[in-house]
Amino acid sequence: MNSAVANVKAITKREMSAYFASPVAYVFIVIFLLLAGFFTFMAGGFFQRNQANLEAFFLWHPWLYLFLVPSVGMRLWSEERRMGTIELLLTMPITAWQAIVGKFLASWAFLALALICTFPVILTVNYLGHPDNGVIFGAYVGSLLMAGAYLSISCMTSALTRNQVISFILSVVICLFLILAGWPPVTDMLSQITDKPGLIEAVASFSVMTHFESFRRGVIDTRDVVFYLGIMVFCLFTTAVIIRGHRAG
Amino acid sequence: MIKVENLTKTFGPKVAVNNVSFSVERGEVLGFLGPNGAGKSTSMRMITGFIPPTDGKITVGGHDMLENPLPAKALIGYLPENAPAYSDMTVYGFLNFTAELRGMKADARKKAVNRVVEMCFLESVIHQSVDTLSKGYRHRTCFAQSIIHDPEILVLDEPTDGLDPNQKHEVRTLIRRMGEKKAIIFSTHILEEVEAVCSRAIIIDRGQIVANGTPSQLKHKSDVAGAVLIRVQGLNAADLKERLAQNGAGRKVMIVKEDASGVTARIYPKNSAGDGELARAVSELAVAQRWHLEELHTEEGRLDEVFRNITLPETAAAKEETK
Repeated sequence: MNSAVANVKAITKREMSAYFASPVAYVFIVIFLLLAGFFTFMAGGFFQRNQANLEAFFLWHPWLYLFLVPSVGMRLWSEERRMGTIELLLTMPITAWQAIVGKFLASWAFLALALICTFPVILTVNYLGHPDNGVIFGAYVGSLLMAGAYLSISCMTSALTRNQVISFILSVVICLFLILAGWPPVTDMLSQITDKPGLIEAVASFSVMTHFESFRRGVIDTRDVVFYLGIMVFCLFTTAVIIRGHRAG
Repeated sequence: MIKVENLTKTFGPKVAVNNVSFSVERGEVLGFLGPNGAGKSTSMRMITGFIPPTDGKITVGGHDMLENPLPAKALIGYLPENAPAYSDMTVYGFLNFTAELRGMKADARKKAVNRVVEMCFLESVIHQSVDTLSKGYRHRTCFAQSIIHDPEILVLDEPTDGLDPNQKHEVRTLIRRMGEKKAIIFSTHILEEVEAVCSRAIIIDRGQIVANGTPSQLKHKSDVAGAVLIRVQGLNAADLKERLAQNGAGRKVMIVKEDASGVTARIYPKNSAGDGELARAVSELAVAQRWHLEELHTEEGRLDEVFRNITLPETAAAKEETK
């Protein structure tokens, strides 16, 4: 068990340093912060709202992550396959699971770091008014879980192909589906087609939007947490199946 | 140390490795020979546990690779084909990472990295990132990774591919030296390498083992094995053939070269045993005839010829068929 933890740690460490070995990490964080700022203050109208909360900030996260998270996750396995280092990695005395979890945790930690870098927005809102910081904390937890779910999807698509571009596009499409399934314009359209509310609800329950709503209000609902963790477990499991499939030929 | 039984691998309808069995013991260096696409790399990938076999059993140091892969993998050092390495890491970082995956603690890691850096002559590039390395250095970095835990078993897929002659020599010397204490399998298509390094060689063709023996055993399968090559000054081919025929030495005489200064001929023995009998008969004849001998020796046979004879006939036959 100890060695399993040590192996996961070794891989996480390597993946982390891989992000920071190139300018990619810095470019990513800067773009993430710029876009988050733009959406909050320009598109979200943070000041015009005149409310002491971060609704305008978190509202855009599902859309922001749609492109940014796949760009972090797309290289996880496709790069490994393209360079041939997967052969090295999987002939080491570690299990494929340890490698998958190690890589995932590294990228997730990286996204967490990017998210932490948005702290000035908390300072701003606290300076301007008296927000409920518990709500803000809950929304951050939800945002991080959502980023993890997106990431597990791009981890899965990156195992499918050695081409990073294909991996990126596939994962954007899947994530987009998960957003749209619960997006009001789409659910409205669905309700025109069918009159079974159960069906609409079932489709919407697959959406990251639906499960992000209570987080945005600061409510950490077990069902939502389970939903996001479920996506992660499912996608990482599928990643393992895909990798096994490649090796079996 | 390594035991492979009835190993088979199919990719769809294509049979890459077909019912291959062999074993390698400590102190042996096994050369894996074969034309491109013969199934060498596929076999090695199965032995190292990268891909599972369709059928068959692999035992490494007593551990079954399929049922108990981790202890089996821990015993193996592996240099994959094309020597992959993480291009975003420095040589030191990369070696340190592989040592960490091998379960070494910080102190042991430092020692191990220093040891392999010295063995593989990587001092000058140790803080350079892998993607700035020349092919030879990258190859040696990956090789260093394979010996970082001083494994009992080494599996090397074309370890000298892409190296310059000096580096090839160094790597061969290293393999031979390590082969005294370890079990080593390495693949190559350079035949001189087999003679220089291997204690045993397997020739594999279209997924099957077609020859298995020490390099000299394999060489004896050659047509020219045991033949005597002579060069006589001031004689022409016809004369030489006539004298040899009169004497009755050898089964067949083939003129290799004839020029103004003399003639070179190869005399094939009557039986295939190269026991020196034929050479003695020819030299006695030469003394009696007062020939000016410039050269006389018994040929050991040539590996490249054996290799071609074993791996080529069927492809040649296949070509004929398609015509």
